[in-house]
Amino acid sequence: MFELLGIPPQALFGQLLLGLINGAFYAMLSLGLAVIFGMLNVINFTHGAQYMMGAFAAWLMLTQLDIPFWAALVLAPLVVGLFGIVLEKVMLKRIYHLDHLYGFLLTFGLALIIEGLFQWKWGSSGAPYPSPIPGGTNLGFMFLPTYRGFVVVAALVICLVTWYGIERTKFGAYLRAATENPTLVRAFGINVPRLITLTYGLGVGLAALAGVLAAPIQQVSALMGVNLVLVVFAVVVIGGMGSIMGSIVTGFGLGLVEGLTKVFYPPASNTVIFVVMALVLLVKPAGLFGQTK
Amino acid sequence: MSVPVMAEALLKVDGLQAWYGESHILHGVGFEIGRGELVTLLGRNGAGKTTTLKSVMGIVGRRTGTVRFDGRDLIARPSDEIARLGIAYCPEERGIFSSLNVEENLLLPPIVKPGGMSLAEIYQLFPNLEERKRSQGTKLSGGEQQMLAIGRILRTGADLLLLDEPTEGLAPVIVQRIGEIIRTLKGRGFTILLVEQNFHFAATVADRHYVMEDGRVVDMITSADVQQNIGKLQTYLGV
Repeated sequence: MFELLGIPPQALFGQLLLGLINGAFYAMLSLGLAVIFGMLNVINFTHGAQYMMGAFAAWLMLTQLDIPFWAALVLAPLVVGLFGIVLEKVMLKRIYHLDHLYGFLLTFGLALIIEGLFQWKWGSSGAPYPSPIPGGTNLGFMFLPTYRGFVVVAALVICLVTWYGIERTKFGAYLRAATENPTLVRAFGINVPRLITLTYGLGVGLAALAGVLAAPIQQVSALMGVNLVLVVFAVVVIGGMGSIMGSIVTGFGLGLVEGLTKVFYPPASNTVIFVVMALVLLVKPAGLFGQTK
Repeated sequence: MSVPVMAEALLKVDGLQAWYGESHILHGVGFEIGRGELVTLLGRNGAGKTTTLKSVMGIVGRRTGTVRFDGRDLIARPSDEIARLGIAYCPEERGIFSSLNVEENLLLPPIVKPGGMSLAEIYQLFPNLEERKRSQGTKLSGGEQQMLAIGRILRTGADLLLLDEPTEGLAPVIVQRIGEIIRTLKGRGFTILLVEQNFHFAATVADRHYVMEDGRVVDMITSADVQQNIGKLQTYLGV
């Protein structure tokens, strides 16, 4: 068996695969965050809580209602997305004209409240969710659980569909135009407030979808999204605020960087993303794919 | 000031007042436009011409008074509803979207009524736009951006076009081309409210001119009477 810098290939590829899986979640979550930021000008710090709600919705559907994973994959994002729409209509829409700080305070506070409520009701120990595709393949250098392979492919498909929807469709053209000049888009006859509500629902639905996909890999717990939102925020900053392709590429890329760091210098694996963020901001303040306004 | 008798006023504005925050910009603007007419708002900088267009479109902070379009009151409606009644707006700063290519910019305003021009007709009117349809909207020259800003509101089926200084900052040959286009549009039956600083340009295309001063309409001159009133106009416009 060959070795690279004294690292056995099992460890290297194993960590790379873990990195790729983490990257898949970073990409899906930062995508939603980027779409929401572009349109609402709000950094949605409730994103981690909404991801957790997606996982919980799937778990509750399975344990309480016998709804299988594949149905929950559609239903849970719808339910959580609808919750997002209510949130936007009742609270968020009142703060768009204010400084970013208020959006941060509101969404961060909401995240604390939501996570607190879930912790109070279901505790923080976490519940297992059975893998919908058990089994795996021995690739020779490592063992690949089928479900994890599926998650990577599903995340790629979700990211590309979202990218296509925003960059290549009529609805996406409305979104891009309204991000630039909402007043004029509205004066063309497009109901921009409704577009904003839908965008938020869509971004929240994406977070919940990631949560459902995460349920069989992680424990379903009230605090599963707490640390994630910080990393995902860093991904959005590195990729460039509001850039769709930037979020996707940076999400997967940083997952891999994190995986590699775990192999070569494990103590830095939790901070490497933030080091990259600092470096990128020094060189390109608008992010790798961002445009300076 | 006497208002001429018209068969049917498509747009009738009366006692229109508007504010930007604390500043009171319009102090009771009144004018009307008949169906198929081309009317200009003339006046010096800061007279309230642009604000009048924006008030009709519903995109100023606060406005009171009467704005009736095709028999319906607009004053309480949001701008998206006003657009869907058949009014299209071409802003002074043109408002081309940089994240959209030329064709996406052109197709952005939704069709609100049947009877608008087809994409092919618009490309026939503006051949440059077809050649550059895949370019980023803001990569076009100033003249092309102006044509794009006009072109994109012709598909929607709107009857009334609000054009805010379409000739501003453009070379004389482009100004001439825009004049031809505006006459073509009038020939096709569009009703047009044109804001202009360039009186010589306005005089070549319009049926009537309203003169604005300090947030009010102070005079109305028909194109036929322009020659007799040229001295008065020069005083108004300070040229």
